[in-house]
Amino acid sequence: MFFLMAAVILVFSVLTVTGRRILRSGVYLLFVLVATAVLYFMLNYNFLAAVQLTVYAGGIVVLIIFSILLTSQISERAEMAGFTQSFLSALAVILGAVLTLITIFRFTFTPTTAPAVPSDVKTIGERLISYGPGGYALPFEVISMLLLAAMVGAIIVARRETKQNNKS
Amino acid sequence: MIQGVPLHYFLILSTLMFFIGIYGFLTRRNLITMLMSIELILNSVNINFVAFNKYLYPDALQGHFFTLIIIAIAAAEAAVAIAIIISIYRNLNSIDVEKVDEMKY
Repeated sequence: MFFLMAAVILVFSVLTVTGRRILRSGVYLLFVLVATAVLYFMLNYNFLAAVQLTVYAGGIVVLIIFSILLTSQISERAEMAGFTQSFLSALAVILGAVLTLITIFRFTFTPTTAPAVPSDVKTIGERLISYGPGGYALPFEVISMLLLAAMVGAIIVARRETKQNNKS
Repeated sequence: MIQGVPLHYFLILSTLMFFIGIYGFLTRRNLITMLMSIELILNSVNINFVAFNKYLYPDALQGHFFTLIIIAIAAAEAAVAIAIIISIYRNLNSIDVEKVDEMKY
């Protein structure tokens, strides 16, 4: 099952970045995100997988597909970079990947032997609102403020500027 | 953890996915597809955090919460980026990176 999901993730990632049709690239990205959610389910992080499905697969991909439909024709083919740029990018990427893989294989990971903590929704909720050791109340509040600011900023940026023209 | 799947397999998967995303970011000529490459990169980092948390430190939940926060930041980032892209499209009628050079000189 893991190897099936890994193959799905890799194949559809490649299709996402090389596909000529932008809308299909968006749908391939959806497959990648759903396969990642399956990996989280297999690792027994059920809440995280549910968040991945709702926020990423349900929210961000729908947003991206809507903006594709708003900004381009469906039949339009994406323009790719020239041969020199593609070749140099591929070279840099392959070198970086090989270097990272070598580093990973030379490093020995030592897991802790401490007893595992449950990752059910009750534990996660208590951690999110506690401010003691192991609590995440401050990041939770910061992230909520960031989301609010980002949403307001997005509305301001994307709105049509008709009122300003009347004033000036 | 999954039976018969060592940590290295997760690391190989996320490394390959990360560099595929970087390749897409470098070669794409369309702002929305570049945004999709960034989502791939963030997703591979999430896989890394979750795998490390599950395999090496099962007594803590740091990787889990870091992934949750990255997902929230990715949502905010996508919303702002798409607002900027739509605004650019309205003003310049194109989202090709070669044509968006109004502020270059």
